[in-house]
Amino acid sequence: MDAAAKPPPDPAGLRVHDLEVAYGRVSALRGVTLEAPRGAVVAVLGANGAGKSTLLRAISGTLRHHGGSITGGDIAYAGARLSGLDAAEVVARGVTQSPEGRRIFARMTVAENLRAGALGGAGRKAAAEARERVLDLFPVLAERAAQRAGLLSGGEQQMLAIGRALMARPSLLLLDEPTLGLAPLMQQKIAETVTEINAQGTTVLLVEQNAATALALASHAYVLEVGEVAMSGPAAELASSDEVRRRYLGEGGPDDDEDDAAPRPVLTRWAG
Amino acid sequence: MTHFAELLLNGVSMGAVYALIALGFVIIFKASEVVNFAHASLLLVGGFLVAELHGRIGFLPALLAGAAGAALAGAFVEFAVIRRSRAADHSVLAIVTIGVDIILATELTRRIGTRVMAMGDPWGDAVLHLGPVSIAETRVVALIVAGALIGTFLLAFKHTGWGVAMRAAAEDHETAALMGVRLGRVSLSAWAVAGALAAVAALFLTVFPTPGLDRTTGLVALKAFPAAILGGLDSTTGALVGGLIIGVTEALMSGYQGEFAFLGRGIGDVAPFLVMIIVLLFRPAGLFGTRELTRV
Repeated sequence: MDAAAKPPPDPAGLRVHDLEVAYGRVSALRGVTLEAPRGAVVAVLGANGAGKSTLLRAISGTLRHHGGSITGGDIAYAGARLSGLDAAEVVARGVTQSPEGRRIFARMTVAENLRAGALGGAGRKAAAEARERVLDLFPVLAERAAQRAGLLSGGEQQMLAIGRALMARPSLLLLDEPTLGLAPLMQQKIAETVTEINAQGTTVLLVEQNAATALALASHAYVLEVGEVAMSGPAAELASSDEVRRRYLGEGGPDDDEDDAAPRPVLTRWAG
Repeated sequence: MTHFAELLLNGVSMGAVYALIALGFVIIFKASEVVNFAHASLLLVGGFLVAELHGRIGFLPALLAGAAGAALAGAFVEFAVIRRSRAADHSVLAIVTIGVDIILATELTRRIGTRVMAMGDPWGDAVLHLGPVSIAETRVVALIVAGALIGTFLLAFKHTGWGVAMRAAAEDHETAALMGVRLGRVSLSAWAVAGALAAVAALFLTVFPTPGLDRTTGLVALKAFPAAILGGLDSTTGALVGGLIIGVTEALMSGYQGEFAFLGRGIGDVAPFLVMIIVLLFRPAGLFGTRELTRV
């Protein structure tokens, strides 16, 4: 049932080489090189505007929706070039994305959102299996299946966004800020889910501002700063590096969870 | 009372036909984010094909050919014009469609000339008597056919993969692309479906009691614009309700124009636009236009 059942044609997984991206004349990424080996969780950290989302757009082929384009370097997945493909072709190659800000289809029901996620996938049977797997991961989505997605709480919307991205049965999942704006408890739940998705054989490229969460999940991490890779290495090593601690984890270290993001209230009366 | 019932029935029937046009208008807007001012010309293409072909291949095949032709014309406009300038500002694209409209309308006007073309429909000028109420058979058929087409469309829109892709793309282009939806295909299919619906509408706009298809038929179709706009440009429900409102308003205002003699004759033609303006004063997004549902 999981994607790992396919024969891995290239153990290298995702390989981004010397990538340059520009929005018009504004350069957004310069010489970015990174790898996400098959079966790994790899984190990309960085402040706002560092180019994290741009990197994911480049991989997914949605730069043109933002007036951007790849101006140099290339992106390959499982031995085949991704750069230059359009978004639907990238999905067909087994790479899906849960975008920043969740971007669920608010006017459609939860079930329809999941169905939309399977539109780029391979047929009815595959979609049914994927659906089973997603509802297994997020039982709450089964309870809310007939509800309009816009009425879900923030955490549930995030689950839906991840679930939707899994519907095409990706072998590589790109997650853009999955814990942003969520209550600590929900952040933890999402983090556990990412681990579980990975354990089922899906490679994960995780983009996060929340370095503590990301470094705990990932085996390897890259730090982006103004469009360039400033640091990279095994997650544990980065987590103990002074610079990362100071700049991304706050001086309190990895357990500094009390940022300003107020817990998002979950209005249970919407549940019925 | 009988007079009123007749007017109402006629109005609902015309409303259903306007709804067919408005629906096409709305799905093009949803899929391509373009206000399609060439819609009246697509309709004329469909109607013209039916009028030209029915003598040679029979009415039903001609109708199918008309629908297919208008669908092709719509798809061609999308493929050759709209898609090429996807990056451009969408209000610019709307103006481009005016250009397309002028080209199509000019060519069709040249071909139609001063003729009033019969549609070769089997209903002719038969009138159906329901008790004291008399109504042209064509109007009854229009209501049934338009209703069936709209129903089929809405079911497909709600339940098929095509419908889900369409709605996803309408709500968020980029995210739909991330799901593997091929936006080009969605847009192309929207234009084709809109063209086919318009061709059917063309038939019912030109059969009895209208004398036939002439070069001004496209202008009649313009009444569907206020239908789409007062319903809310991005709402399929709005297109239906808007169509019915326009149809009934027009029928009643024309039917009772004796009582509105101080307004002069022809108030029925103006009424749809008056209704549109009044609705937009109170609900700028139209009756069913997008209201935010998100809590993010």
